[in-house]
Amino acid sequence: MRVIELLDGERARVEMGGVEKTVSLTLVDGVAAGDYVIVHVGFAITRLDAVEAKKTLALFAEIADRLNIDLKLESGDEVHQ
Amino acid sequence: MKYISEFRDRRAAQALSAVLATEANPAREYHLMEFCGGHTHAIFRYGVQDLLPPNVRLVHGPGCPVCVLPVSRLDLAIELAERHDVILCSYGDMLRVPGSRKRSLLKSRALGRDVRMVDSCTEALTIARAHPDKEIVFFAIGFETTTPPTAVAIREADRLGLANFSVYCNHVLTPSAIRSILDADDVRRLGLVRVDGFIGPSHVSTIIGSRPYEHFAREYRRPVVIAGFEPLDVLQAVRMLVRQLNEGRAEVENQFTRGVTREGNVKAQALVAEVFELRRLFEWRGLGPVPYSGLRIKKKYAAFDAETRFALVEKPVPENKACECGAIIRGVKKPTDCKIFGTACTPSNPIGSCMVSPEGACSAYYRYRRQLLDRRPAAEPATATG
Repeated sequence: MRVIELLDGERARVEMGGVEKTVSLTLVDGVAAGDYVIVHVGFAITRLDAVEAKKTLALFAEIADRLNIDLKLESGDEVHQ
Repeated sequence: MKYISEFRDRRAAQALSAVLATEANPAREYHLMEFCGGHTHAIFRYGVQDLLPPNVRLVHGPGCPVCVLPVSRLDLAIELAERHDVILCSYGDMLRVPGSRKRSLLKSRALGRDVRMVDSCTEALTIARAHPDKEIVFFAIGFETTTPPTAVAIREADRLGLANFSVYCNHVLTPSAIRSILDADDVRRLGLVRVDGFIGPSHVSTIIGSRPYEHFAREYRRPVVIAGFEPLDVLQAVRMLVRQLNEGRAEVENQFTRGVTREGNVKAQALVAEVFELRRLFEWRGLGPVPYSGLRIKKKYAAFDAETRFALVEKPVPENKACECGAIIRGVKKPTDCKIFGTACTPSNPIGSCMVSPEGACSAYYRYRRQLLDRRPAAEPATATG
């Protein structure tokens, strides 16, 4: 889920697919607005590493390319890190 | 939706499926266990098994927190809920699991007891502050992912001096459960279950990291690939396992690099270590007593331990004879091997825990594979609805 803004008391407002909620940031240090976090039972449990996510997607694209399967993945350029 | 929909792309799935078909050796079988119920759910929801070559089989593991909790532990929660001074809070799935004598937390609530479904343990703290005249008990279940939030809640209760809050702790550990599967007679002696490699859990591993699996990958010579919860993640992890097995390797690899590191979430680990300690033995439904597989609250925080506060004593409970949950959790039987699957036992009227949670194998089979089952010969009764 994407962090929209940080709130007091180690909390943040996060969003996914238009649904917003408030989660605790107690378990993850240094989260900033624009970061992606993985949320479980109301807590951010880790930051999602956008660079690694792109590498994984690039690997899928490469496999598809090799097989000539047309694969249009979003570039993810607009992602804040 | 960022970093979700891309990992569900149909064309990439076709590509991975095609590559896998060329890489899997037709002369051998690959039996891969997905430990985590989150993976079981994703595999059924997206039909991942249908994208695999026929000699690559997925075996469903015990990683569904609701499924592995023994009835005797649930009964204690129901006992707590029966008390007039208690408000019992828990995650949603737990409320529907049948206890002994056809009781459940949901039925207790229907009978006027105060049982509340929460999405987060911090809601239980809020309820405790709002009801100083009541005892608020948080019924805590789950693997390493749900444990750190419970630790946070206990520390917060301590800081606030919330004397009316306590936790009934049923947190369990993934690596001990995997070891117990490999040590079980079913695998070692009887050969009833064959597990060549493991798809490691994604969310659990964000907390514990990939390191805890290294020891047993070496000791048991089984490869482990930690995978994300999306269908492309699972496909890619299967491919990585097939490659390891082809090359005779048994290593820990990480497919879910966007969320998991070798060290894991050190801050969360420290919080858990501060509040919890290992139980010498903890009972699992299906697996039986597993050494050092469960956590309890440390003496330092004993004031928040519901088992101490209410002097809870477990009583042995016989399992429902017709229900095959135990064997299904161990991977020995499939849901369709159970006589009451889809007839007496359905998601709307579950007999066993595997039918309750969406992460349970029976529930996943029922939701996503029922059409296939309905194509069984006409002599067999069609699956009951509702």
